[in-house]
Amino acid sequence: MSGFRVQNRGLIDRHKTLSFQFDGKSCTGHPGDTLASALLANGIKIMGRSFKYHRPRGVWGAWFDDSNAIFNISLGAIQLPNCPAATTYLEDGMQARSVNTFPSARFDIKGVLDWFSPFLPAGFYYKTFMRPNWHLFEPTIRKMAGLGKLDGNIIEEYQSDQIHQSCDLLIVGAGPAGLAAALSASQKGSSVVLVDDHDIAGGSSYQQQSNIENKPASLWIRDQIAAIAGNGGRILLSTTAYGIYDHNLVALIQDSGFGHAPRLWRMRAKRILIATGAIDRQITFANNDRPGIMSAVGALEFLGRYGVLVGKKIALLSNNSHTQNTANLLREAGAEVETFDTGDNSPVAIGGKKLRALNIDGKSHSCDVILASGGLTPVVHLWRHGGGRLEWNEAIQAFIPAQATTGMRAAGAANGIYELDEALADARAAALDQPSPKVQSAYQIKALLPDINSKKRQWIDFQHDVTVKDIELAARENYSSVEHLKRYTTLGMASDQGKTSNMAGLAVMASLQNRTISEVGTTTFRPPFVPVPFELYRGVKRQQLFNPPKRLALEAEHRNVGAAMGEYGGWLRPAWYGDDDPHNTIRKEVISARTHVAIIDASPLGKIEIMGPDAEKFINFVFYNTLTTLKPGKIRYALMLSERGIVYDDAVITRVDQNRFIISCSSSHVEGVNNALEGWRQDGNDPDRIFVHDTTQNWATITLSGPKAGELLSKLDMSIDLSPDAFPHMTFRQADFLSVPARISRVSFTGDPSYEISVPTLHASALWSAIAKAGKSVQAAFIGVEALSILRAEKGYIIVGKDTDGETMPHDIGFSQPRLRKESAFVGDRALHTHAANGQNRRQLVGLMVKGNECKIVTGAHLIDQSGSKPRSIGYVTSSYDSPTLAHPIALALLENGTARIGESVAVWNQGDIRQATIASACFYDKGGGLLNA
Amino acid sequence: MQQFPCPFCGLRNEQEFHFAGEAGKTRPDTMKEVSAEQWSAYLNHYNNPMGKTCEIWVHLPCQEYFVMQRDTVTMEVFASEQIRKDLK
Amino acid sequence: MTKTYSAFNIIKEAFKGHKGWSPAWRSPKPKAQYEVIIIGGGGHGLATAYYLAKNHGVKDIAIVEKGWLGSGNTGRNTTAIRSNYFYPESCALYDLSVRLYEKLSIELNYNVMFSQRGLMVVFHSEAEMEMAVRGMNAMMLGGTDARLLDANEVKQRAPLLNYRADARYPIHGAVIQERGGTARHDAVAWGYARAADALGVDIIQNCEVKDVIIEGGTMTGVETNLGPIRASRFGAAIAGHSSVLARMAGYQLPIHSYALQAFVSEPLKPVIDVLAFSSTYGAYISQSDKGGLVIGGGLDRVPSYGQKGNMPMQENVLSGIVEFAPALAKVKLMRHWAGIVDVTPDSSPLIGPSGVEGLYINCGWGTGGFKAIPAGGYLFAHLLATGSHHEISRPFDPSRFQSAQLIDEGAASGIAH
Repeated sequence: MSGFRVQNRGLIDRHKTLSFQFDGKSCTGHPGDTLASALLANGIKIMGRSFKYHRPRGVWGAWFDDSNAIFNISLGAIQLPNCPAATTYLEDGMQARSVNTFPSARFDIKGVLDWFSPFLPAGFYYKTFMRPNWHLFEPTIRKMAGLGKLDGNIIEEYQSDQIHQSCDLLIVGAGPAGLAAALSASQKGSSVVLVDDHDIAGGSSYQQQSNIENKPASLWIRDQIAAIAGNGGRILLSTTAYGIYDHNLVALIQDSGFGHAPRLWRMRAKRILIATGAIDRQITFANNDRPGIMSAVGALEFLGRYGVLVGKKIALLSNNSHTQNTANLLREAGAEVETFDTGDNSPVAIGGKKLRALNIDGKSHSCDVILASGGLTPVVHLWRHGGGRLEWNEAIQAFIPAQATTGMRAAGAANGIYELDEALADARAAALDQPSPKVQSAYQIKALLPDINSKKRQWIDFQHDVTVKDIELAARENYSSVEHLKRYTTLGMASDQGKTSNMAGLAVMASLQNRTISEVGTTTFRPPFVPVPFELYRGVKRQQLFNPPKRLALEAEHRNVGAAMGEYGGWLRPAWYGDDDPHNTIRKEVISARTHVAIIDASPLGKIEIMGPDAEKFINFVFYNTLTTLKPGKIRYALMLSERGIVYDDAVITRVDQNRFIISCSSSHVEGVNNALEGWRQDGNDPDRIFVHDTTQNWATITLSGPKAGELLSKLDMSIDLSPDAFPHMTFRQADFLSVPARISRVSFTGDPSYEISVPTLHASALWSAIAKAGKSVQAAFIGVEALSILRAEKGYIIVGKDTDGETMPHDIGFSQPRLRKESAFVGDRALHTHAANGQNRRQLVGLMVKGNECKIVTGAHLIDQSGSKPRSIGYVTSSYDSPTLAHPIALALLENGTARIGESVAVWNQGDIRQATIASACFYDKGGGLLNA
Repeated sequence: MQQFPCPFCGLRNEQEFHFAGEAGKTRPDTMKEVSAEQWSAYLNHYNNPMGKTCEIWVHLPCQEYFVMQRDTVTMEVFASEQIRKDLK
Repeated sequence: MTKTYSAFNIIKEAFKGHKGWSPAWRSPKPKAQYEVIIIGGGGHGLATAYYLAKNHGVKDIAIVEKGWLGSGNTGRNTTAIRSNYFYPESCALYDLSVRLYEKLSIELNYNVMFSQRGLMVVFHSEAEMEMAVRGMNAMMLGGTDARLLDANEVKQRAPLLNYRADARYPIHGAVIQERGGTARHDAVAWGYARAADALGVDIIQNCEVKDVIIEGGTMTGVETNLGPIRASRFGAAIAGHSSVLARMAGYQLPIHSYALQAFVSEPLKPVIDVLAFSSTYGAYISQSDKGGLVIGGGLDRVPSYGQKGNMPMQENVLSGIVEFAPALAKVKLMRHWAGIVDVTPDSSPLIGPSGVEGLYINCGWGTGGFKAIPAGGYLFAHLLATGSHHEISRPFDPSRFQSAQLIDEGAASGIAH
């Protein structure tokens, strides 16, 4: 033995030495060490400070059951906060800093807080810091609180893999029970996945130097693994099952090493076997939080896995038979060990930063470590996540799995069965879904009743500094429900989420209330079982792949001519073209559209086909406007309402022939409209007589708009008569474009003559090239969505969702006739005649004008009524632009009773500034509509 | 992540489904007089049961609406069936 | 016994080992009869009892709670308090709540840790900014504070957020409500409970209503696991379980119950000083006084009474929050949980008569019940005491669904609720 390292024990690689620093001190360790084991081997016992009183802390447990030693670790450029020392494997060059200490865990200036602890009992902050205002005290308190420090650096390569898999049986825990179960099930041909959070299978077998089924443990483990693999079973190491979710979905996190994003496995298991083992419970006694007081199981783990002897002179304090062999194992490793029964005595730990003695039965026993074993506690967290119930087992003084949900079992120590042979039999039965064999447990434990009258401080939650006195105070103040206790004292809310503290806390509450632990009950076990980085949930859902936008077939063509792309309704579309000042560019695009012709990629517009003998009846029901009178070859503008009568979308509907319609809805509403259509089709109609098919992505659409739109179209040589009489506004033609079927709709979103030309998406590029080429002779301009928005606003055409809101009904935006006249039922019909729908003060779509030399109104400004004591909102501006066409600002607004007020003045309010505007009709351009028909 | 049985496609992850309301609701015949109470009940009254429930869901990839019986507490799914009876 | 909470009394008690503190509330046995019974010992129920006793002089009140105080959504939320609503009716309601919160610690003599650190709704495009201006002006006209921040100001307030060129949604600006903030959720329940108890309210925990007693169309009692308890008026404030009581009493509500998840990270030293919301990322974040990052987002997609969350929404919310604040990728999630929220078609609450004589309801707060606790209690107490609405609660009467006078905050404001 050199220092605290024991020869011939442990799984570490002694051939290599790793250097690291802890709180600025240089240390060494070996591959296979955790930071906690390496520090213990270096003789360092103080690894942190508690959260509240900054008491010195050493490790309590050797794995996830430690909440004391938490580090900020840097390795190269990577820094990670809040790394548990007991579960972080050592790498060469690591720089570890204990969290929330200054300058170090050993000497922490905030340690003085402990002197004030009498003034800082549980929940003290609820009783003070009220005057004048909590927020004045808060910044200081916030700085005192918190654990690790987060640097702002982003690790570029930090990206989690996310994997979906399924299996017949997922076994959590590759200890002896898990291995035995995996082999049994895999022999029967089940697909088995066995996971373990350590990087090596074997579980608790490393604690005891005993044989398993007459073989040395390492051999037995090797044989099981080989046989499981031979049967096709999968074993995932360094993998923690951290949550069980509905329908047997188990979330697994697989460690990828420090600074590398872990991997997420979403494992769907037909059956789940919890073989997660048991951990040591702490013992509640005076000064039990001192560095050097540790879990007995933890000490064996440090010895068995890392070859570290936690102390040279050890006092072993236990109330149970599980520690019978512990002293021997420690002695074999070279320690002096004295054993003590907790009995009815009140032990006291003597020492400060360095443990000196255990006082018990009036005698002082010098020691450098106290191992405290308050009994084995099955790890039942996952069991509870999966909806399994727990029952209190008086004989073993623990909550153990009781009634299972379908498809979940527990086995071995997790099931309260601690003897190896019994655990193996239990696991094999569980693996085959057979009844568990009856077990006569040899495990003996004495109920631990904490001394609630002790004057000394006895710790329950080591990280959060919750003592017996705090629990007493909570009970005295009647925070007696176990959840109140937890929330009031913060017991169990530390980063281990109560793994080390819950049972001790329940025992104190039970003693105080003269109840049993089972009557006190447990708090809810919530995932994750161990903390997991947020990245785990992100994976590829980052940057452009987080809600990826839809891309146009012509994106490359747009970029070739300098398009600035922007996102509109979920589509990446040209906002404008060119690198010049956007405002000027957009203005020029509008003017080109008005004077010559604009070329617009309108492909995102919906193209939902409705076919079948009942198509007419159906579409007439789903849309507000009467569509039975629409003739084949004609197009009509229509609104889709919700059943509450609210405008959900607008669309132009083409009747291709008697039984076939194409709905061209807003680009952002295609899915919603399609779902609504399908819903009505299948519920209340004969679905065999109607067919709904969304072809939006099958067709690309290019719109030509402007006085020269017809001239440009004629150059494409599609052999159709474009004279206004032959092809009037709101009609539809099918044609050929380069022997490909094309559709041409004469429909306008600008107020000028417009043709929407659609071809199958594969031919989008050819159409684009032909138009671009032909467009040169008519000074055609590519225009983006921004210019289009202005053009449509000049004409008073709305964008649903922008110029309408969650109250807008069709009669508010000028479509009153169907409400009054339509002779058949339609979606939302009854809702258009409620008290609210008939109200006098509905907000209606109007235009707003200001003088030509004034600046435009701010979109989002409100219109106010100033007649009362306070200004009252009577509407707001929905769209507002400097109109290039009209050379003055224009705006659209929703205004109470607006149509009746056209011509009046209204006050416009923005962030307290008031200006006047004149209420106008919503149409500013070609009010007579003559141009549309030109 | 729950899994729901689409009667047409089989068991699929919950993200593929959209809740479309409680089953058993009939749209009032709006060509006849419908009182404000009736209309409001149609729009706004939900059973929202705690426990067993019967609901309409749509499987988005196949666009088929169907009826599913499940438990709103345990999340157990009992059955799903297509709305149309004539195809069985 | 020491009853009053103050720094002085803490020091005084420290010398006595804190043995003199009196119980925060009693645990009385229920009487056979009360004047008013409040069903539900969450924030709204406790606040209702408190204001009934304090503002209206009603002395004979019981609260029956099936679990422990605050065991529903009061103890499960992300503690955000704000009044950034669109419609004047909502502004009035939630701003009343913020104003009551501002004085609550002193009024209750219980520090609820209302921290007005500012609540910032971040917007990611020029189109969103236009909606932001619309909403901000609505708030200002509605009597709530609001201010527009440009992208630089957002960065100053929250350097943690994503200002990189490759951000999925760049930050264009924000609307901040400086009076918005957070409070300690349990403390709100406990503070009201302690104050109500001091005014003589019987708070009866572990008392589950198994059925209602209705005689001649009027509700006269509740059957509980502790036996029948009668009263002349009943107020139900049971959030996600409102439909369960409705079924017992024979009425229906415009409510669907959904699980709403919340997330908290391991404690960190302060990294963000403001609550930052983003509808586009579908997530929001604040940092608790203890140091945990408290994160919330949208509803799970499956109607549910199962008080636990599901992975799809976890992935949506947490991937959203990391895209919103990429430095958080390596921060660890410590705990996640869910509450059952009562979602109405217009995302606004229901306060008013249930339809059964003698029974009034306060529910439908959806994801926003915590922030409304003081106002909900204050207004519900008014209704229970007088039988008629306070001006502020009148628009939220359930009858608005029949007259179709919805207050559709969900559709109007574009702010996630």
